[in-house]
Amino acid sequence: MRLEVRANPSAMATLLAGVGAVVFTLLVCALLILWANANVFAAYGAIFQGALGSQFAITETLTRATPLMLTGLAAAVAFRARLYNIGAEGQLYFGAMAAVAASVAMSNEAGELALPTFIAMPLMIAAGAVAGAALLLIPTLLKTRFKVDEVVTTLLLNFIALLFVSMLLDGPMKDPTAMGWPQSRALLPELEFAKLVERGRVHVGLLIAIALAIVLWIVIGFTRFGLSIRAVGANAKAAEFAGISVNATLIKVALLSGALAGLAGVGEVAGRTSYVTLDMSPGYGFSGIVIAMLAALNPLGVVFASVFVGGAIVGADAMSRAVNVPTYIADVIVATALIAVLVASLLTKYRVRWK
Amino acid sequence: MTDFIAMLADADFWVAVLRIATPLIFGTLGVLLCERAGVLNLGIEGIMVFGAFAGWLTVYAGAGLWVGVLAAALAGAAFGALHSLLVVRLPLSQHVAGLGITLLATSLAYYAYRLGFPKVDSPPKIEAFQAMNWLPVPILAEQTPLTLLALVLVPLIAYVLYRTPIGLALRAVGENPHAVESQGIDVIRLRTGAVIAGSALMGVAGAFLTLAAFNSFFFNMVNGRGWICVALVVFASWRPGKALLGALLFAFFDAAQLRLQQSGGGALPYQLYLMLPYLLSIVALVIAARKAAYPQALMQPYVKGAR
Repeated sequence: MRLEVRANPSAMATLLAGVGAVVFTLLVCALLILWANANVFAAYGAIFQGALGSQFAITETLTRATPLMLTGLAAAVAFRARLYNIGAEGQLYFGAMAAVAASVAMSNEAGELALPTFIAMPLMIAAGAVAGAALLLIPTLLKTRFKVDEVVTTLLLNFIALLFVSMLLDGPMKDPTAMGWPQSRALLPELEFAKLVERGRVHVGLLIAIALAIVLWIVIGFTRFGLSIRAVGANAKAAEFAGISVNATLIKVALLSGALAGLAGVGEVAGRTSYVTLDMSPGYGFSGIVIAMLAALNPLGVVFASVFVGGAIVGADAMSRAVNVPTYIADVIVATALIAVLVASLLTKYRVRWK
Repeated sequence: MTDFIAMLADADFWVAVLRIATPLIFGTLGVLLCERAGVLNLGIEGIMVFGAFAGWLTVYAGAGLWVGVLAAALAGAAFGALHSLLVVRLPLSQHVAGLGITLLATSLAYYAYRLGFPKVDSPPKIEAFQAMNWLPVPILAEQTPLTLLALVLVPLIAYVLYRTPIGLALRAVGENPHAVESQGIDVIRLRTGAVIAGSALMGVAGAFLTLAAFNSFFFNMVNGRGWICVALVVFASWRPGKALLGALLFAFFDAAQLRLQQSGGGALPYQLYLMLPYLLSIVALVIAARKAAYPQALMQPYVKGAR
């Protein structure tokens, strides 16, 4: 077997590859559903119904997609520069914790907001972004100064970050009213994000995430900084030779990526939970990487990919209540889709010669 | 300080160190084989989960313990075959494919477990490996045969890597695949073989958790051990002997933090102790990075004829 570079990948091939990846994923997961003795069509129908079948379902999917969009953007911008940030999970928790800490810091003795909301709100958001950025800055400096590979350090920092947050939940940030269960103090109600629809959980964080996706798309595609990101990602040595400071670019990218992951945490606290718990993220940080890859690292693609993944999770939840198929099918669907899309996109670039 | 000396004098402590080190030895050797051939395998975390599940399920279904180990190795090898299809046959990003394998293997194991055991309060138990009490070696006698296997694999893999033609070819293919190809050796086959063998070891690393350390399967039981193996390989500068040393060192700190946590009596938050092994891994990486001699072709896909 040999691979040959295709001169001009045709639009038709790209489209077929996408459809092929989707069909492959659905077929593989159909086998798993059959194994659970469930009706495949009923199960897929229930997933679709649960994800997009009603106004409530759509708002739930969008609520799930909000943190995924932000961690997806965090991964997309970092991977563009080949900075392998696999620590978005920890950065998300840091962002969430910082938002609560900011809320505590900005309240007076009576437990009321000591600043006007229009000042306090941006400060809280900034605190979360800074906390996420700071956490990613450590492994990035270790990479630029000491050539320490960031893949492993960012992975390990997830565990450290979660333990650190857990320590704060037992200590200064402990909710005085929570009985035993580790939970942080609640965010002041003035700092909570407004809901977008009545009787739905979808909140302003979604609009922030979409706006950031558009901004990031412009930054990466059309600015000098974006050019240096793409240059460093394409070939760091050549970029250095062309006068781009690779280290400075990586550090800026790290600040941006960490801040986006931190914002995902802010959004979860301010838009959904209003306090930090140790199970507030079911792996949004890792899913962000999958989303970024599904979107081919394109910020606008991240918006759609995160709705797909969010929908799969919400739909599978609803389906497992109706049909007896474990919710883990959502993760299998997402993982299979990732691998299928990667292979499909490769096949549009190369032609396979069997000989 | 006296506590610390008492701890070092306690045989039970060293028994714990060796027990904690065992899955790390298997896993680190697995990563080492893959990376020496030039392939990063971030699938390890998920392969360990699947290995733990496959081994446990096989024994739960009535097969012998060693059959369980074999099942875990085969499961690991299967995911290794998938990974090598993606990144050796096809030139996909090794980072992303590896993370994809981790997600796939973990979710498949969890899916199958939930399907087979929908509503269990306490995870079903199996009869796990027993200690080798017949062995006349003090601390080793408290371990299961899997630990012995791990310890035997270290010199075995070192021998294969450094003293056999296939070992030489494997190391060369991680440094300069084009030179290996010009010797008439099939780069793709060699890398595929290394990834499959390494992934089989990762599967066994997971099986140790269910068949020796604990006697059941539960969620999050691997808990980052796979990632730690990836760090340990860098620390070990891709040498089996040093990998053993690194795994023992890590296990030493992990066992020590468990002791300190118990004897410390809540003077410090327990999370600080739990953080220690991860922090030390990062410190070890920083120290090792100065002279880290990465296999030159690590993470570089090999496309025949391309330079």
